[in-house]
Amino acid sequence: MDQLSGGEALIRALHDEGVDIIFGYPGGAVLHIYDAIFNQDKIEHILVRHEQAATHAADGYARGTGKPGVVLVTSGPGATNAITGIATAYMDSIPMVVISGQVESRLIGSDGFQETDMVGVSRPVVKHSFMVQNAADIPLIVKKAFHIATTGRPGPVVIDIPKDVTDPKVKFDYAYPADIKMRSYAVPAKGHSGQIKKAVDVLMAAKRPMIYAGGGVIQGEGAELLTELTRELGFPITNTLMGLGAYPASDKQFVGMLGMHGTYEANMSMHYCDALLAIGVRFDDRVTNSDVTKFCPDATILHVDIDPASISKTVSADVPIVGSVISVLEEMLAQVKASKQKVDEKSLKVWWDQIAQWREKDSLGVTPSEDGITIKPQEVIQAVYAITKGDAYVSSDVGQHQMFAAQYYGFDKPRRWINSGGLGTMGFGFPAAMGIQFAFPDAISVCVTGEGSFQMNLQELATCMQYQLPIKIICLNNRALGMVKQWQDMQYGGRHSHSTYAESLPDFIKLAESYGHVGIRIENKSELNAKLEEAFALKDRLVFVDVLVDPEEHVYPMAIKGGAMKDMILSKSERT
Amino acid sequence: MRRIISVLMENEPGALSRVVGLFSQRNYNIDSLTVAPTEDQSLSRLTLTTTGDERRIEQITKHLNKLVDVVKLVDLTEGAHIERELMLIKVKAAGAQRAEVTRTTEIFRGQVVDLTNSVFSIQLTGTSDKLDAFITALGESIVLEVARTGVSGISRGEKVLTL
Ligand SMILES: Cc1ncc(C[n+]2csc(CCOP(=O)(O)OP(=O)(O)O)c2C)c(N)n1
Ligand SMILES: [Mg+2]
Repeated sequence: MDQLSGGEALIRALHDEGVDIIFGYPGGAVLHIYDAIFNQDKIEHILVRHEQAATHAADGYARGTGKPGVVLVTSGPGATNAITGIATAYMDSIPMVVISGQVESRLIGSDGFQETDMVGVSRPVVKHSFMVQNAADIPLIVKKAFHIATTGRPGPVVIDIPKDVTDPKVKFDYAYPADIKMRSYAVPAKGHSGQIKKAVDVLMAAKRPMIYAGGGVIQGEGAELLTELTRELGFPITNTLMGLGAYPASDKQFVGMLGMHGTYEANMSMHYCDALLAIGVRFDDRVTNSDVTKFCPDATILHVDIDPASISKTVSADVPIVGSVISVLEEMLAQVKASKQKVDEKSLKVWWDQIAQWREKDSLGVTPSEDGITIKPQEVIQAVYAITKGDAYVSSDVGQHQMFAAQYYGFDKPRRWINSGGLGTMGFGFPAAMGIQFAFPDAISVCVTGEGSFQMNLQELATCMQYQLPIKIICLNNRALGMVKQWQDMQYGGRHSHSTYAESLPDFIKLAESYGHVGIRIENKSELNAKLEEAFALKDRLVFVDVLVDPEEHVYPMAIKGGAMKDMILSKSERT
Repeated sequence: MRRIISVLMENEPGALSRVVGLFSQRNYNIDSLTVAPTEDQSLSRLTLTTTGDERRIEQITKHLNKLVDVVKLVDLTEGAHIERELMLIKVKAAGAQRAEVTRTTEIFRGQVVDLTNSVFSIQLTGTSDKLDAFITALGESIVLEVARTGVSGISRGEKVLTL
């Protein structure tokens, strides 16, 4: 048995847990830990330029790989800087372990230098947290932290470690627990067969069925089974913003994303369906359109989720099924195949005909600019899709550009669309794209951003230089906080209160160059394709592509506030 | 509807703040709260009263169950149960008032546990309603101070809340 200090034990435990990369930023309270990192070569530490970026990078890594992201920050400001990233991961149920330094045990509670009650501050945005009291407890706490972060409904876990606990002079016998059992934490078992049977009966009898799948399907590795089940049933399917890629976007049964900026056909199908199979979703207000009494008025609702608290939280489920998506989908598929009663093909045909009519509206049709020069933001995403053959990892920030990316980049695979859906964190996209590039060095890691969001974490250009990350940043530059401006156009008489700043934007090309990267500006539609090709051809360089897009463009369709899902604004001049 | 929820949780630092934090974070109210270690020192039993419709109570119990420190819980109001609250109350008691207060205390089966020339300290246990009724019976004008423990409870019959 090895004699290790707390700092050494922490790093060893991470390695024993299978961690090979951590994102962090040093400071006084974690110096013992950083010294332990210096003295080993099993775990790679990535030095970011801001703790928020460390959390988003770890988060992007987790979303892309399905493995937990790991973060190391110092006490006080380091810890509080990490909070936004922890909250982002919490809202989207992303597995993450955040290790924060703390002042020495004897100073806790004395307002010591760089002391923050991290366990307290993070409490509402973590799945669980630990405060380590003895070095010898480190292996077990690390084991528990990873177990909690990655099982059930995943989420971030904080481990707060006082500096004296990692003291290199205090050693103990290190052993990593092989197994763990916690009496107070049980992972939900398989879905209840009787409930699944009830659900299958409803689906078989349905005349206007609909499948509504979300991020839980991706997190639970259920995309393949979902695809198989959907094809077996022949039903229409929609994905949430978080669920894009859970079902292939290019498939004919896919009716597009639903919700606030969902397609006309997806939202209409939702509203008029008579049976709704909801899997790994949480009936978020961006989907139901806030007034849940108007939501799917005719539907029998079947809700599958691993988290019992998600079921009947906002919309009451007629058939609740608690279980992992894999276990439920497996059994559902088997029951469907074995079922004597078959899908009502005749009604289904009528339903598909109806959907075909809705599709004809072509709610995502793009009208090119009249002058032939101005670039529409949607056209940029379409071009990026074509050039990357739909096979890139696309991380996005928050705003209009995010919605355009979600609408126009058809995701055929899970874990390719990396976005902050729940918290809507501007500044997420770029560091998340770093996490993706570390996880998949040979893949194309694209960051679709806006000039507003990008400025919330642009310091990471330095990190990308240090580690030679060839990210392609596609900035849909509309010289405005576009999404805010859109709401002001629509709801505040066009009064653009603090949403424009054209006169004070940096020269992004020079900015990228000053960090040693490549910058390309695109202003004219005629050069859009060629210059994008040029950017993607620079395989081993980070390229910042600053695309000046039409600042007047709005994201459509858009749900009408307080309405039902069928109530949408379709363009500047058309409503449902 | 008023509910009494009893929670067995790990007797660890931070556990109580997670339970209380959950209530404020999700906009649920706590009317009373009592907590102490059980016969098994590694467990604490927390009992709280809250109000809400069926759906809200279901969410509350689901979210409590999700907390990693919570081992088990029961909504005592779902079945037959016994609830008790302890109150210590200090009242003005001088001259003729003394006999009056003593009589009321006897009727409610309370005990005078301390006294001076002008003040009685009385101990009373019972349901929250009974304690409320006692205060009303004494007359609020003579009440100087009230200390109530909050409700504790247990199921009737053979049902137990243990691991
Ligand atoms: C940290 C943070 N602050 C504020 C907001 C509110 N917000 C949502 S979208 C948006 C505008 C984003 O501007 P930009 O990144 O340029 O994207 P655009 O909408 O112009 O495409 C703002 C301010 C947010 N989501 N996150
Ligand atoms: Mg913008």
